[in-house]
This record gives sequence, structure tokens and C-alpha cells, in this order.
Amino acid sequence: MPAATGDELRIVGFLCNWCSYGGADTAGVGRFQQPTDLRIIRVPCSGRIDPLFILRALFHGADGVLVSGCHPRDCHYSEGNLYARRRLEVLKRFLPILGMDERRFEYTWVSASEGKKWQTVVHKFTEAIHELGPAPALSEAQVARAQAVAADAA
Amino acid sequence: MRIGVFVCHCGSNIAGNVDVGSVAEQALSLPDVAFASDTMYACAEQGQEGIIEAIRDHGLDGVVVASCTPRMHEPTFRRTVERAGLNRYMFEMANIREHVSWIGKDKEANTRKALDLVSMAVSKLRYDRPLTPKSFEVNKRVMVVGGGVAGIQAALDCANGGLEVVLVEKQSTIGGKMAKLDKTFPTVDCSSCILGPKMVDVSQHPNITLYASSEIDELSGYVGNYTATIRRKATYVDWEACTGCGLCMEKCPSKKSADYFNEGVGTTTAINIPFPQAIPKKASIDPDFCIRFTKGKCGVCAKVCPTEAIRYEQEDELVTEEVGAVIAATGFDLFDTSKYAQYGGGRYPDVITSLQYERLLSASGPTGGHVKRPSDGKEPETVVFVQCVGSRDKSVDRPYCSGFCCMYTAKQAILTKDHLPGSQSYVFYMDIRAPGKLYDEFTRRAMEEYDTRYIRGRVAMIYPKGDKYVVRGADTLAGTQVEIEADLVVLAAGAESAKGSPRMAEKLRISYDKYGFFMESHPKLRPVETNTAGVFLAGACQGPKDIPSSVSQGSAAASKVLEMFSKDMLESDPQVAAVDIKRCIGCGKCVQTCPFGAIEETDFRGQPKAGVIETVCQGCGLCTATCPQGAIQLQHFTDNQILAEVNALCRQPLVTSFE
Ligand SMILES: Cc1cc2nc3c(=O)[nH]c(=O)nc-3n(C[C@H](O)[C@H](O)[C@H](O)COP(=O)(O)OP(=O)(O)OC[C@H]3O[C@@H](n4cnc5c(N)ncnc54)[C@H](O)[C@@H]3O)c2cc1C
Ligand code: SF4
Ligand code: SF4
Repeated sequence: MPAATGDELRIVGFLCNWCSYGGADTAGVGRFQQPTDLRIIRVPCSGRIDPLFILRALFHGADGVLVSGCHPRDCHYSEGNLYARRRLEVLKRFLPILGMDERRFEYTWVSASEGKKWQTVVHKFTEAIHELGPAPALSEAQVARAQAVAADAA
Repeated sequence: MRIGVFVCHCGSNIAGNVDVGSVAEQALSLPDVAFASDTMYACAEQGQEGIIEAIRDHGLDGVVVASCTPRMHEPTFRRTVERAGLNRYMFEMANIREHVSWIGKDKEANTRKALDLVSMAVSKLRYDRPLTPKSFEVNKRVMVVGGGVAGIQAALDCANGGLEVVLVEKQSTIGGKMAKLDKTFPTVDCSSCILGPKMVDVSQHPNITLYASSEIDELSGYVGNYTATIRRKATYVDWEACTGCGLCMEKCPSKKSADYFNEGVGTTTAINIPFPQAIPKKASIDPDFCIRFTKGKCGVCAKVCPTEAIRYEQEDELVTEEVGAVIAATGFDLFDTSKYAQYGGGRYPDVITSLQYERLLSASGPTGGHVKRPSDGKEPETVVFVQCVGSRDKSVDRPYCSGFCCMYTAKQAILTKDHLPGSQSYVFYMDIRAPGKLYDEFTRRAMEEYDTRYIRGRVAMIYPKGDKYVVRGADTLAGTQVEIEADLVVLAAGAESAKGSPRMAEKLRISYDKYGFFMESHPKLRPVETNTAGVFLAGACQGPKDIPSSVSQGSAAASKVLEMFSKDMLESDPQVAAVDIKRCIGCGKCVQTCPFGAIEETDFRGQPKAGVIETVCQGCGLCTATCPQGAIQLQHFTDNQILAEVNALCRQPLVTSFE
């Protein structure tokens, strides 16, 4: 069964366990209503997120990818999110080269106490993705390029 | 693989907004799922027994529970599957409560989403491998940071429990705020009489090493094996030699040094011992006011000191201590009342803070316990107390209640009457919050026995008129404006997090809330633990707390440390990095990246390879995302496992494989 039926789009979230996943929990405990499009994958640290995960999601038809970690300097693993920030920023600039709309990928910093902020982040990102609409099917050339990237990385 | 899926109703918490029956039914069609059912409360005894039974009856190799957040019950369910004979890492959770039923009202959409989360968990579980924890030795010493009443209690309890304790205090004496208080509510007993003996116990305890005038520069390591670098700040006095006789204080010609202990009411000498009962009772020089430091002249103290303890050339000294656990007890600070310009705090000499007033009331304070106006030394006749200055006020970003101001204001009103029987006190309040044992009775006594007039309403402004101050505010019960001519105004300053607490939290690798208070692991069930194993919290550093609560929390933190240290070996989390020797090319990128120094270069048949020190690895996965070869994988969060989740969400087989 596809993730998205009806109006729902396919948004994949990568959240670090300590801050943002906790923030999403806090939003839940506070019953802060959110759109349902986003599905969250829990990782220990935003620094664990390999840009390839994001590419893979986008190439496999995700309409948006959201990454969220601890605020810089406030990382449970002291500096994981600094690595994340560098990698994610590079990825963001790299996406257009692969023919991907970089607006489909966003990263934010949300702490475990910021339930309200998490609600806002989800609303905003979901809205932005809905404005862009469903991701267009990839062209042959893009698929080939993606495969080349994958081969390079392997 | 045979996987079992259990979808929890959580009463109506989940079932009210998700069709759990249908999620379970559809889960049966996911690959490898051999059994699926819904259950009323998966975490309750019956629910857990049901899981165990199903594992046995259906020969399951792995389990998915779709319920609440894994941050809550993952350990519970891991124990459950273990009881049924499975490896505890052959388990995954789908969070369909916090991330689904509680944030969306559309039952159909929620049900779809819940199924997606279940299918992600199943996909990941198919790549899970059994993991076994290793055990490692613990260093049964504990470091307490902050020597207020909470830290003192924690240190004494640990020390009495047989542990070696390192107590680090940034001021030159322990005692914190409580040492500055005159009497304490609700019993009105003398603060230093109950705290003093405890402070002495700290100094005499054979198990406690006290570092005063010291701060933590760095903390490294991991639970059971931390290394702390402690900066012993230069006091310009050799504390080994100093006997605390106080001769230097008597003779010091510079008497204008800021008196931190008396909250800036009055001044002190450039070389001083903060108060007679200070622990340790040692002198230190304030270089900002010392004539020798500022003008190069003087040197009187060195001349008069009978033990030749003065060291003008002393520098900060770094010491390291190895400990297995840390208790943070760094307390709180007072809100800066000058932020309310309309009250004139800091501008008008007779508008003072509550803690300054405590010093005026205290027999060991700058006035010897005589309540006098700072401006002219006159005894005040009318004293006005203003509550909630920097509490419950969004406009100054302090929306929270500081908890103890209602009570200490009542106490100070009572003490005022004791000191000056002819005086009259007024209290402007918003609500009276007195939920502790004997607290409500206490505030009533202030009103009924001590004739304190309570006026409900905020003060709009305070301005001088002759040698008095007009306090103008609303009486919201009478619906009128009131003006009171006061001789002395006491602002009940709210509590805020101690200065520099975010930096402290970063050093300890714990979280803090938006106001800088340290965050507990769970607000109800793990109130003294943090999310960093081996780091615990005590006292007002976690949120405003009165003395009884601070002491309870100090003892609670100590008991947690004693519990942890009751075992000789701790189990390490096996969710750590592992190197595939065949893939590793020995580039060393992971070695450079790991923030914990958990990877070392090893030699494998003459080739350099990466090797993980398992007890040091914290399981962040930075190395895994860094390795160009995919050679170092964070177990339980391997590339394949995360990609399996991605695949479950985006089933569009455009690019078939990245592997
Ligand atoms: C005016 C006033 C009156 C009060 N009256 C009462 C009363 O009558 N009854 C009552 O129950 N409660 C009263 N309280 C509350 C009471 O003061 C607190 O409950 C208590 O002080 C909390 O203790 P603590 O140890 O957590 O924090 P603190 O007393 O703040 O102690 C923290 C200690 O940690 C040290 N520290 C801070 N940062 C660091 C660092 N980075 N490194 C090393 N050391 C550090 C500080 O120097 C301090 O010694 C009153 C409070 C005020 C403001
Ligand atoms: S997962 Fe890797 S980077 Fe993180 S602590 Fe372990 S070895 Fe170091
Ligand atoms: S980064 Fe990868 S290849 Fe390089 S040393 Fe570490 S494990 Fe080996």
C-alpha cells in the first residue's frame, strides 16, 4: 500500500533520538495537532544521517525530506550535529546538480522541550511541500545519474 | 524470519484515533510477519504475558510493538522479549501514540500512518541482529558539582554510603543560598543552625574531597569512567597554610570590595573570609579591589599573616579527578529586578531584593540583624513586599512560577514584625501558592497573627517622595487603586537558572530547557536522572525548589548513584560501532571524527585498520556516516537498517540498489 493516498504527500523525517525525537514526543504529549504526511525515522544523532539516506528517499519518490537534530552546541554527543550541519548544507547545494528541487529537503534544530516549535516546523514544511506538489517522476538521465552517485559511494 | 506485531490500544489513547484492529490485520500481509494482534495495554502485565505467549506459541524470532514512544517503554519491552528467550535487540517499536493518535484527529489518515510506521519497524527488524552487552568496571567515585544544600546533602549521603566524593564549588565557601538565609519557612528555624553542622560534616568527612573556588573545565569519558578537569582558581592565599584566623581581614586597608556573600549590601575587605561559618574557612583576595594588585603597593596581609600564607603570584591550577558518576547541583540565580525599571530596583537605595533583605535580617549580616534602611540607617515603619518580580510574567520571559517566593515573603513579613514590633507590612501578591506541608497555615499566620496586610494585585510603579517611597498598585479584590507610603520596599525576585548553566550543560552533555534549567530524563518517572548515563540532578538547577525539595532530590540523586555503584561491573550498551576489517582501508577518517576518541588505529597483518574501543563508544554513528567505505557500522542502526526503513516509506523501485 502506498504511503500516500488521497491528498497526503510522502514526507520522510530523520530525527535524532535526544532532541528532536523528544521534541516530537513533547508535541504529542501536548496534543499539538499536526498534518499526517510526515513519517519519522529515529536515529541516535543527526550526525548519523548519511546524505545518501536523503538522496535515496528522494530518488525513491519521497515528496519531501526533513532532518532535525539538537541545537548546535547542545548535542548529546557533543558535536554530532556540527558534522550534520556541514554535510546537510553541502547536500542542499548539491541537490540542484542532481536535478532535484532543493526545497524538498530541509533541516532544522528542535530541542526536546520545544513541542510547540516542532508543531510549527511540521506545519511549515508540510505546507511548503504541498505547495510544490507531488515530486515529478525522475527522468531516465536522473536515474542514471543517481545510479552513478550510488556506484561512486559504494 | 518470523515476526510478531502487537498493536496497542493504550485504552482509548490510541484506539480512539487509530483503527488498531485493522492495523494489526493489515500488518499480517507484511513480509515475514507470522503473527499480529491488537492488545489493550501492551505494557501492562497481561499485555506482556500475551507477547511472551505468542513468541512461544508461534515460534517468533522478532517482535514489533506499535504503541507509545520508544523513549518510554523500549526497555520494558526489551525485557519482555528477553523473558521469552529472544535477544532483546530483536525488537522494534512503532510510535503510534505521540506521533500519530495524539497529533491527528483523522482516523483514516492515522490508521494509514500507523500501518506505515509498523511496516517501517518490520522492515528494520528484518535486518536486526542479536547483540550482547559487554560488562566493564566502574570507578566508584562520584563528583558533585555545586555545594548548595542540595549538593551538600547528595555529597554526605554518597559519602556515608561508602563512596569517595569530590565536591566542586565555584565560590570560596559551600552553603549556596541557604547559607545566606536568616530563618527558614515554615518552621522559622535558624538557617545556619541547621545548615552549619552539615557544612562541618562535609569538611570533616574522610570520604569527601572539597574543591572550593573551583570549576569544571572539562568532563570526558562515559558512565562509570569519567575524567574531570577541575580548575582551582587562584585565591592568592595558600589554603594549606591559611588557618582562617582573620587577621588579614582586620588589617586590610582596602574595605571597598564587593560583598558577594551579603548580596552587595555593604562592602568587605579585599582579602576576606565570606562569613564566620564558611567552609572551608580560608581567606581569598579579590584582585579587583586589592591595592597590591591594582596599584602595586600595600602587601599588609602578607606582613600580618602569622602562617605566611599569602601568595600574590599564585595562578589557577588544573587538577584531574577520575569518577564514575556526576551529580549536578549548581542551583539557581535571582532574577535581575532592575529589568522592571518602574520599580526602581538598583536605582533607589531602599528598594532591595528579597535575598538582600535576608542579609539585613540575619544576625551575621552587614547590620548585625538590625533591620535598617540602606540609605540612612533608619528603622523602617512601613515595609512593602512585592511578589512575583520576575515570575509568572511573560513580558520579561519568565512565565513560570518560582515556587518559593510566596512562602519566603510570608516568612520575611513575620520576621519583620519580630524585629520591629511597631512596624506594618504589606504584601502585593497575585495568588498565594502554598502547597507544602504546613505551608498554607504558615501564610495564614502571617496574615492573622502578624497582621500582614495582603493586597491582591500587581504594583504599577514605585517612586520616591521625600524620604519615603510611594508604591502604587491595583487592589483587584476591592477593585480600587492603592497607594502606600513605604520606608522600605522588598522585591520578591523570582528564580532563574544559574548563570552559565547552558555551558555547564554542554560540558556535562545533558539537556536544558528554554530557561536554562537542566532537563530530567522523564518529568514524572525519572526526575533526578538525565539522558546521559551516570549524570544526575539535585536541587534548583533542575527548576525552582525550596529547601525540603532540594534536600529530597539531593538524597534521591545519591541513592541513584549508590544503586548504580552497587554492582561492580556495568553493562555497556551493545549498540556501538563495529568495523568490517575487510572493507576498512585504514584511512583514519573515523578516528579523526569520533568525538569520544573511541576509535584507534590497529594493526591487522601489517595493515592499518580501525578498531573500536567498545566501552568508550557512545553509539552516535558519526563514524558510520563518515566512513567512505561503509566499513564501520553502528550496530542496530546500520546503513541497511535505516535504508530498509526508507524503502518501506518510499516504495518506488526507481533505483533498485545503493548497496
Ligand atoms: C530570598 C530567599 C529566601 C528563601 N527562603 C527559603 C526558606 O525560608 N525555606 C526554604 O525552604 N527555601 C527558601 N529559599 C529557597 C532556597 O534558597 C533554595 O531552595 C535552595 O537554596 C536550593 O538549593 P540548591 O543547592 O539547589 O541551590 P543553591 O543554594 O543555589 O546552591 C548552588 C551552589 O552551586 C554553586 N555553583 C553554581 N554554579 C556552579 C558551577 N558552575 N560550578 C561549581 N559550583 C557552582 C553555587 O555557588 C552554590 O553554592 C529561599 C530563596 C530565596 C531567594
Ligand atoms: S559511534 Fe563511532 S563516532 Fe560515535 S562514539 Fe562510537 S566510534 Fe565514536
Ligand atoms: S573511516 Fe572507514 S575505512 Fe577509514 S579507517 Fe575508519 S572504518 Fe576504516
